Amino acid sequence: MAFISNTIQLFYEWGPNFLRGTMATLQIALGSYLLGIFIGTCGAVGKIYGGRSLRFSLKIYTTVIRGVPELVLILLIYYAGSSLINLALEGVGLNPININGVAAGVIVIGVVQGAYQTEVIRGALVAIPKHETDAGIAFGMSRFKVFRRISFPAMLPLALPGMANLWMICTKETALLAVVGFEELALVTKQAAGKSRMFLEAFTIAMVIYLCITLASNVVFKLIEKRTTRGHPKLDGS
Amino acid sequence: MNILKSLIASAVVATGLGTVASAEIKLGLDSSNYEPFYSRSASGEWTGWEIEIGEAICAAMNEECTWVPIAWDGIIPALTSKKIDLIFGSMSITDERKKTIDFSDKYYFTASALVAAKNVKIESEADLAGKNIGVQVSSTHGNYVNVHFADISNIKVYQDFNEHNFDLVAGRVDAVLADSLALSPFLASADGAGFEVKMTFKDDAIFGIGVGAGIRKEDTELLAKVNAAIAQIRADGTYDEISAKYFDFDIYGGE
Amino acid sequence: MVWDWLPTYASRFVDGFWVTIQLFSMSLFFGFMLAIPIGLVQVTGPKWLGLIARGYCTLFRGTPLLIQLWLLYYGLGSIFPHFPALRESMFWPILVAAFPYAVVAFTLSVAAYEGHVMAGAFRSVPKNELEAGRAFGMSRFSLLRRIWLPRALQNVLPTLAGEAVLTLKSVPLASTITVFGVYGVGTLVRQDTFLVYEPLLFVAFIYLCLTGILVYLFGWLERRVPSESMK
Repeated sequence: MAFISNTIQLFYEWGPNFLRGTMATLQIALGSYLLGIFIGTCGAVGKIYGGRSLRFSLKIYTTVIRGVPELVLILLIYYAGSSLINLALEGVGLNPININGVAAGVIVIGVVQGAYQTEVIRGALVAIPKHETDAGIAFGMSRFKVFRRISFPAMLPLALPGMANLWMICTKETALLAVVGFEELALVTKQAAGKSRMFLEAFTIAMVIYLCITLASNVVFKLIEKRTTRGHPKLDGS
Repeated sequence: MNILKSLIASAVVATGLGTVASAEIKLGLDSSNYEPFYSRSASGEWTGWEIEIGEAICAAMNEECTWVPIAWDGIIPALTSKKIDLIFGSMSITDERKKTIDFSDKYYFTASALVAAKNVKIESEADLAGKNIGVQVSSTHGNYVNVHFADISNIKVYQDFNEHNFDLVAGRVDAVLADSLALSPFLASADGAGFEVKMTFKDDAIFGIGVGAGIRKEDTELLAKVNAAIAQIRADGTYDEISAKYFDFDIYGGE
Repeated sequence: MVWDWLPTYASRFVDGFWVTIQLFSMSLFFGFMLAIPIGLVQVTGPKWLGLIARGYCTLFRGTPLLIQLWLLYYGLGSIFPHFPALRESMFWPILVAAFPYAVVAFTLSVAAYEGHVMAGAFRSVPKNELEAGRAFGMSRFSLLRRIWLPRALQNVLPTLAGEAVLTLKSVPLASTITVFGVYGVGTLVRQDTFLVYEPLLFVAFIYLCLTGILVYLFGWLERRVPSESMK
């Protein structure tokens, strides 16, 4: 069928572009996911141990991010974010910096991910039996040590399903950056489609690539789950 | 305070966030293809008439330039918020836009053309009643149809130029209004074979007097340099040399 | 901040608001209708049908909605020129308008996410309740309608609420295929006035309100549902 041959031809011709877009997507996804975990951990700790005003501001942060469409957030953070950073730098007397495309994408999606991660990590931390952390305090560990050696490792298996879900969301959210003009996979696909006029073939290729990323991620997360829950009782009694 | 400064600077640079603003001039253009002016080739470089002219102007100014793709509906905010230094994406010089940004001297002129299928009769503006017209967002063509045809036609706004051409071929819109020069490659292609230019429009207020480089109002020094560079490449023949590769008529459009 | 554009664009925002609400509610409704069989067949079988349903969910949950939207709109659109007879048919007005494509794409996506959720929900209903219903002589359809579905819904209402919110927040994506809701009108304001923040903040505010209302509605629904954990 002409469709299959067109698709193969398109992939062959535009391969480098698709590769470039996929690399950008993966870079932005990974970077923002890690940034999200960092923000989420800080946010979760803040929500549990923090004072009234900190908890209030974190509540605003998570509510707004979860209540406003990602596209609007991406645009706002994109424009406001770099202005704020440059303002802060100028205020300190430094020159404004250029934030390269990948870094901007990472910040934008990372901030959005951070809100969701806050809720996931917070839920997991709260679910840790109190006696485990009490034991650590009884041993004379500092609060930070308790967190680093007891709470954080204990919460990972509990948070894993939520975090796996957020990784999937993260990789798909990078596609929204196309609307802002970042050259990740979705935009590269649109460019290829526009130039070659093979819209159906181009978007099919994109779907396949995204699906591969998803399936590969599923495998990775299954492995991580196996490792972090070793020793835990399984549902089938093994 | 010095320690704090260096800490912030190193933290920012260390996270790979960015580099200290270099003397590089960032030229912004639409992230979608806009042949023959600029488009991404299959191997990934930007090619086109406007790309070559832009590089020539930068060479004449003795500056390093990079091309930054931005979604068209956010390109002026990108300029005002300093993400880019120049808009070099076939943006028309209009008074409306001049309220927010400045423009260099024009570097080419183009008319606005209405394209529809060959077997559709459109001879006057009245024939557009009840038709679907496709335009690009944030374009002078969009402004024109909003002012003149909003009451009688159904206007569909697309994110980029190629999308409304695509829908024209698919039959979802009956006509598109866009840049006549950009439409030529489309009309010459296999998809565009069944379409032709029905009418052209001229309205200096809405369409402007030509295409220029968008620039921030406060960058008067850069503006002077760009204008000098444009004058130079027109005088020394570079402009004509590059244009001859793409067009067989004078794209500058007279004085 | 500059807000003087609000009165000029007020009526367009109202139109956009209705487009948003329509797109959202239609996708949610049809998507949920589709999700029930998609979830059910993964539990009852036949096995091959259940596998197809699972594959469908994996495909649509594993790829971005934006790409699905473009694939549907532009992909289908590229087939039209090959069938000139279509233009005379009565389907043409629907094929030409962009709104139906948005509804279909969103419906398929909602069906995939909610189908996945419903599969787990159907599985979680205790078997003895279903057997009791069969013992009473209920037909399979009655069983579904009066026991299986309601019990499954009770367990997953919070998750479905989350999915509904995510669907509402996806509506802005439709502007990329010319379906202009609140966000779309916001982009028109941005392009006309060149303002950076104000239109976006306004759109964000409207969506915050809508999300709040949605969460409240689902909360009301959850309270009405009898649950074992209620004291």
